[in-house]
Amino acid sequence: MMASSYNAKEEDGHNSGASNNGGAGVVKSKKPDNTAFKQQRLPAWQPILTAGTVLPAFFVIGLIFIPIGIGLFVSSNNIKEFEIDYTGVDVNNPCYNCAKNFSWNSTTPCLCSVPFTLEQPFESNVFMYYGLSNFYQNHRRYVKSRDDSQLNGDQSALKNPSKECEPYRTSEGQPIAPCGAIANSLFNDTLELYYIDSNGTKNTIPLVKKGIAWWTDKHVKFRNPGGNNNLTVAFQGTSKPVNWRKPVYELDPSDPENNGFINEDFIVWMRTAALPTFRKLYRIIQKKSSTTPTLPSGKYLLDITYNYPVLSFDGRKRMILSTISWMGGKNPFLGIAYITVGSICFFLGVN
Amino acid sequence: MARESEEPGMAKASKVKRQRKKKPKENKTRTVHANLLYDNAKGEENPNRNYANNKIKTTKYTVLSFLPKNLFEQFHRFANVYFVFIALLNFVPVVNAFQPELALAPVVFILSVTAIKDLWEDYRRHRSDQEINHMDCLVYNRAERRYTERYWKEVRVGDFIRLRCNEILPADVLLLSSSDPDRLCHIETATLDGETNLKQRQVVRSFFDLDCDFDPLKYNGIIECEKPNNDLNRFRGYIIHRSGRRDALYKENLLLRGCTIRNTEEAVGIVIYAGHETKAMLNNNGPRYKRSKLERQMNVDVFWCVIILLVMCLFAAVGHGLWMFQYGDKRPVFDVLSPEGTDLSPIMSAIYLFLTMIIVFQVLIPISLFVSIEIVKICQVYFIHQDMDLYDEETDSHLQCRALNITEDLGQMQYIFSDKTGTLTENKMVFRRCTVAGVEYSHDANARRLAMYQEMDSEEEDCTSHGGTLPRRDSVTSHQSARVVLRSQSTKSHRRTGSRAEAKRASILSKHTAFSSPMEKDITPDPQLLDKVNECSSQMDFMRFHNQPMSQLPSDLADIIDFFIALTICNTVVVSSPNQPRQKVRMRFELKSPVKTIEDFIKRFTPSRLTSGSNSSSSSSLITNRSSNRGCSSLLSSPSAESTLTKLDEEQSPQGMEHSFGPVPPCYNGNAWNLEDGELRYEAESPDEAALVYAARAYKCSLVGRLPDQVTVELPHLGKLSFELLHTLCFDSTRKRMSVVVRHPLTDQITVYTKGADSAIMDLIRPPDTGSSKGKRQKKIVSRTQNYLNLYAADGLRTLCIAKKILSKEQYACWLQRHLQAETAIQGREELLFDSALRLETNLQLLGATGIEDRLQDGVPETIASLRKAGLQIWVLTGDKQETAVNIAYACKLLDPEEEILTLNADSQEACALLLEESLHYIQAKFLCSSTDQAAKAFHSNFAPFEIYPSSSPSSSSHTTPFTVLQLGLVIDGRTLAYALDKSLEDKFLAVARSCRSVLCCRSTPLQKSMVVKLVRNKLKVMTLAIGDGANDVSMIQVADVGVGISGQEGMQAVMASDFALPRFRYLQKLLLVHGHWCYSRLANMILYFFYKNAMFVALIFWYQFYCGFSGSAMIDQWYLIFFNLMFSAFPQLITGTLDKDVSAETLQQLPQLYVNGQNSEEYKPYMFWMNMIDAFYQSLVCFFIPYFAYADSDVDLFTWGTPITTLALLTILVHLGIETKTWTWMNWLSIAFSTALFFTVALCYNASCPTCYTPSNPYWTMQRLLQDPLFYLLCVITPVAALLPRYFYRACQGTLFPTPVQVGRQLDKLPTETRRNILSLRRVKAGSALSPKPPFLSLSKPSPKGCNKKDLRSFPSSETSQGPALQMDEQGQRSPLGPADSNKGPLDLYAIVPTEKDTLPYTKDTPKLPEEPRPPSTKDSECLGKTLEASDVSLSGWITSTPLLSQTGSVQLNLPPAGDSQCVKYTRNSDQRLKSDHSIHPAQRTEQGAEQSLHTTL
Repeated sequence: MMASSYNAKEEDGHNSGASNNGGAGVVKSKKPDNTAFKQQRLPAWQPILTAGTVLPAFFVIGLIFIPIGIGLFVSSNNIKEFEIDYTGVDVNNPCYNCAKNFSWNSTTPCLCSVPFTLEQPFESNVFMYYGLSNFYQNHRRYVKSRDDSQLNGDQSALKNPSKECEPYRTSEGQPIAPCGAIANSLFNDTLELYYIDSNGTKNTIPLVKKGIAWWTDKHVKFRNPGGNNNLTVAFQGTSKPVNWRKPVYELDPSDPENNGFINEDFIVWMRTAALPTFRKLYRIIQKKSSTTPTLPSGKYLLDITYNYPVLSFDGRKRMILSTISWMGGKNPFLGIAYITVGSICFFLGVN
Repeated sequence: MARESEEPGMAKASKVKRQRKKKPKENKTRTVHANLLYDNAKGEENPNRNYANNKIKTTKYTVLSFLPKNLFEQFHRFANVYFVFIALLNFVPVVNAFQPELALAPVVFILSVTAIKDLWEDYRRHRSDQEINHMDCLVYNRAERRYTERYWKEVRVGDFIRLRCNEILPADVLLLSSSDPDRLCHIETATLDGETNLKQRQVVRSFFDLDCDFDPLKYNGIIECEKPNNDLNRFRGYIIHRSGRRDALYKENLLLRGCTIRNTEEAVGIVIYAGHETKAMLNNNGPRYKRSKLERQMNVDVFWCVIILLVMCLFAAVGHGLWMFQYGDKRPVFDVLSPEGTDLSPIMSAIYLFLTMIIVFQVLIPISLFVSIEIVKICQVYFIHQDMDLYDEETDSHLQCRALNITEDLGQMQYIFSDKTGTLTENKMVFRRCTVAGVEYSHDANARRLAMYQEMDSEEEDCTSHGGTLPRRDSVTSHQSARVVLRSQSTKSHRRTGSRAEAKRASILSKHTAFSSPMEKDITPDPQLLDKVNECSSQMDFMRFHNQPMSQLPSDLADIIDFFIALTICNTVVVSSPNQPRQKVRMRFELKSPVKTIEDFIKRFTPSRLTSGSNSSSSSSLITNRSSNRGCSSLLSSPSAESTLTKLDEEQSPQGMEHSFGPVPPCYNGNAWNLEDGELRYEAESPDEAALVYAARAYKCSLVGRLPDQVTVELPHLGKLSFELLHTLCFDSTRKRMSVVVRHPLTDQITVYTKGADSAIMDLIRPPDTGSSKGKRQKKIVSRTQNYLNLYAADGLRTLCIAKKILSKEQYACWLQRHLQAETAIQGREELLFDSALRLETNLQLLGATGIEDRLQDGVPETIASLRKAGLQIWVLTGDKQETAVNIAYACKLLDPEEEILTLNADSQEACALLLEESLHYIQAKFLCSSTDQAAKAFHSNFAPFEIYPSSSPSSSSHTTPFTVLQLGLVIDGRTLAYALDKSLEDKFLAVARSCRSVLCCRSTPLQKSMVVKLVRNKLKVMTLAIGDGANDVSMIQVADVGVGISGQEGMQAVMASDFALPRFRYLQKLLLVHGHWCYSRLANMILYFFYKNAMFVALIFWYQFYCGFSGSAMIDQWYLIFFNLMFSAFPQLITGTLDKDVSAETLQQLPQLYVNGQNSEEYKPYMFWMNMIDAFYQSLVCFFIPYFAYADSDVDLFTWGTPITTLALLTILVHLGIETKTWTWMNWLSIAFSTALFFTVALCYNASCPTCYTPSNPYWTMQRLLQDPLFYLLCVITPVAALLPRYFYRACQGTLFPTPVQVGRQLDKLPTETRRNILSLRRVKAGSALSPKPPFLSLSKPSPKGCNKKDLRSFPSSETSQGPALQMDEQGQRSPLGPADSNKGPLDLYAIVPTEKDTLPYTKDTPKLPEEPRPPSTKDSECLGKTLEASDVSLSGWITSTPLLSQTGSVQLNLPPAGDSQCVKYTRNSDQRLKSDHSIHPAQRTEQGAEQSLHTTL
């Protein structure tokens, strides 16, 4: 019995200096310190969850949430939003033909225009979005299929893109710039908006394409190789993505600040959407003066250069016009949620 | 040696045999030669070269082997393998989900934390190894021909070592020489077994007679001994001298490594085992690993988590396959082709996805769970260690947790198995009273003194602790005079055996020896007896002076003096004097050892001896004495021993008287003897012995010296007498007695003094021949003594009988012959010695009996009461006799006078079976009968949540116990237990036992103890705790789920085997009720929370799969995903898991009922896991879909959307923890704040650090943008609220509508202290019956109650009528023990109750019923008792068998047809006191009661 009772660790044990060191030293008592911490007597708040304590809390939560919810709901309702589907699934849709005949391989763009009417004027800045449905930009392999170094202007990555870009890494022996599936599937419809005034003339509405991407993306994350000087030279030895019609340095030939990798449409696309139904900012319609609305009510015409096929995966394409408030786009959900939760709490508290 | 002389032929034969068998035998033995014979210790020719050297290495790793070995060990844990597998899976491109390097991070982190911990431990071991290896010792150097200092590690087997006093042995050494004239060496084995008494070791016999210093160069023996083994108590071998002579070696010759040499100036020995082969090192087995119940339960749920994980992965895989399938051949642009550009079939991608999902969802199996649990447990252990309430000032020791991983088991105990002696009692044996020659000496003054100690105890404790430091320091310095190294070693040894040993040693060195507190030492003698002793000794003195034979002494006086001589010498107590620590008192008259050989015997009993200066004490004469003896022996060895014997006897007998009446040896007055009696210290192996020696000293009959061959006793008037000690037949538990054989110096008779358990002795008393008057007297003495013995037992005293026997020379010679044969036998020596002892111990003459009080430890009754209230079933397993045990059980409130006692005594298997059967019937009958009563009680307990009455609480866990626990106690003795534990009966036994409130097993062996524990544990599937203090409890402690050792006076074996070591029994209350409860509830809640947390987090990703085509995509950044568990959410739960207190310690102790919570695993039931899972899924739905809808159809990108979700989940999880946290200290606040801050800091830094590094998520500037977004904050507010609303509401409702007892306890905590105390005390009064003192006994002698019992009686036809005489006797017996029991118990009870009375402060005034009243007029009663006793001499044997001292009014005795006297079940039942106590609530309390009730209703 004794045999089993001998403890290894302690036998030749760690010579803790606790016991009588040096013979003459003070023999320390082993009495534990009487501190609140060691005796587990730290001053503490001990909430007890009973109806008596909890229900008032519910009540207070309800009181706070309901006004917030109402505020949110109202401000969401004040946002004006217009949405039009131009996919062309329906035969009556002007884009029906384009949608039907189109594929990635078509060389000639298909044009169609969709007329629509705004019932109410849009007062402040209007944001123009294109929306896609059923487009799984969040697919795992899709999300990965990019090379951030290349997009950041890294020369070596430009010539030798990351493996993640496969199978959109090289084309005809040359590295693709920008590589990867995301870039390859860049949204390439062109949307133009015209206001049809009372006498039937088409007034082009100026669409601003600057400032639609995150500032940090435009200025930090995305960079052209070798600066913004001669992009043609910089991208020499690379090939355009398979589905693209033109190389990356021709995305916006008019503005060198918006060309190549730092093209804002491209940057916006590269920020992959979280959900299969999403919208992406396309253009901004700036408010001109404080007196006239940005978009007065009336008839409009949307001209579409129909390039982007979505029918293969049962997708939809939309154009959205929206104003925004401090809390973003139109979304009554949060207001409703606050009101609901608030009311539940309130009623629980009252009971 | 005897063997050599007697059976040379045999020895030769065996030698031949050995040579033949040499090859195989080499494997079994070790041969040690002296190293001096060889040039080089490691040389080729040295036969010792293959033995391990003394360098020890306890480290596990070397620099090179650390990494592989440590990793290998870590991978033994399955979880680690799993996580590494998953991390490696990430390296497969097709299925990878995260950056492979990143995925490795958590695993590497966990592994490295463990590795660093291991490394540090190993380094510490290495350092201490180094230190030990470099200690010095003196080794004989052949070249220099002297002892030189060497390091320990250089010591080799076969080296000669010289040891000095207070040195520590570097290896297992065979003692060859000692400076002690007795050739003894004293060692202290405290470091090995914690026993601080000195042990004697003897020089090997053949070196015994060396006169001058031992010279290693002359040594030429070869030692053959056993292979190294770990049995500390065994060593066998022999030494072969060059002459071919062989001497046996015993464990008495071996000094073990780690022991300390004491009292011996110098010793020389040869190293037999070194280094790792020493017995001390072989005993090194690491701490035990036990898996707690909670952990077992947790593992089941981990398994469920794996199932959930697989289901989720499967679901996702199927979903992905279908999703792929619906697109058919039209490949959408977002469905990326495989790297090779080929199309993946839906099935293939589903399979790949399955693996991917396992990686993504890996968090569900919490990697940090195991680490966290370990950390929390370490913290819990730390806090238990630090608890002041578990610190014993007296011994300067606190609770030790020796097992680190079963703290939470403490909160789930259901059965407690306790040892009695030393566990419930103090094991401070105090001589209380005695009876000599049939006359009782009640020692009233002594009783009063003891009572005083009890009162003073509390004050005294303070005093001793303050005063204790000073003398201790002195002693330490004096002790550590030797060397620095020595000091460090002794430091180590302190540590090793724990604080207790150290404290004990300190106290020994400073003031008193073990078992010698003033209370044990200062015995107030009974004046009457003292007078008699004086008278007797003066008469003897007179007679000696006048050369009258001693036999003329009146027999009662002779008995008295014999009695005290027996008390003094019939033991193994060593005398030492205090001013020289551990220096034994040396008084030498002759040099002899106990008779070991025939020659020796002859020598001693030869007349020549008288002339050869046996009484001289100078060392020179010693030598001559010796040499003459030697000559003598050589002369006498040739003729056959027997004839010499008889011849010599004839010659010797007439001279005996003269010899012994010779003048007192001169050295009595010599300078060696200048010590005062009072300063002598007795070092006893057992406390009983010390108590008796002290008692004898109180009667001036003091032991002043003990040598192997003689005992010196100082008697009044007679001065010092030395008894020649011929044999000591040591105590063993089978014989239950010990004997010494001495030659009485006054009568010169060979006298055997025997001391032992009454049952053992009484059977051996010589049947008195009824004819003579002497015989009649004897008979009377026996019967009276038996009477008193029963009384003592009824008082809860430990009884010992003292007997003697005078042997004639012939008888002795005859016995000696066979005894010596036994002693020298090679095979079965133990059995032969045992038989030999049995032969000697017959036909004894009873002298008297002693009653030793083993006082209950402080607070034992309260502890037992509250543990029982906590729903714990307490079984006491003791080796004591039934009566003593029963009475201790009453004293400590284990048995209640109100409850009925089932006593099972059977002496055959069949009888036992029948008894059990009957008991079962009886219980069932009683159960039926009392069912209405029970129902009422149940109703009552429903009414008030407090009213978890102990008896009904176990039944609430009805899944395990179909039986209702009744007010029944079961007493069973060892023999019956043996039958009951038989396979065929164990179920019945359990059925009976579990329905009893308390079970008491008497006379049980260690093995039985462990069998009982095992039986209960395995059959009832309950959690068992065994608590004990001695070696006999070790097996029980090891078998139980949790073993608790009391670091008491009986050495450290129990502590070494235990998981927790307590200084005192009463600490068990706080350990279980408070720490156990806390540890359990903390850990249970933490584990549940862990499961919840991970499930909730993973479910978020799962929901997302529905929106990403089941592609395994995650909106939560991989960094967050991987570090979420490890960093962001880790700290608060650790803090809560360590510090949370659901109920305060005070309330937990005052309301032990709350413990039921843990017993029934109420914090963590299987359904709770699922509830938590459901809650987790709900919360994750909320956390997912609120952001989902808030961001639906917006331009949000993947991680700008995912980051808020992560944040929300984190906040929700933290607030969830907040809801579950019961106690908020600043640490909780800090940890939650820290976690939140940490998350945001990490997120901000991570999102700002590198724009291109973290593919694929690349969250650059995401967090920064989110923080500018008001929507983010709005989400952060609403989501946690919405997610936690149900749980919060549920908790609130639960707290209000159906609060668990624990919650009620918490509500109590909130009340101001005053109110709380009032409520609690009120409850105590109400529950009163358990705590209030027994109702007046004497008023209860009513006829047996009718009603329920009638029915019982009818079911046993053979009950009352057939039991006529027995019943009568019983009534008589029943009445008689009441008085003394009460008078003795009165104070006991009062003391037990006083503290509780203090607790209940304001209300004691209102409860006049409680104190004082039951105290009967004790003196009167004992007088009356005396008379009864006189009268009932004849009926004695009748009531021995029945259980005495029951205050019940009615008793039912069942005699079974085949059963003898000893087989009876006794059902005893008292009148309805319970009702009475219920009614007895004072009107003044009514209002309080009302208040309480209203409290229940409002709560």
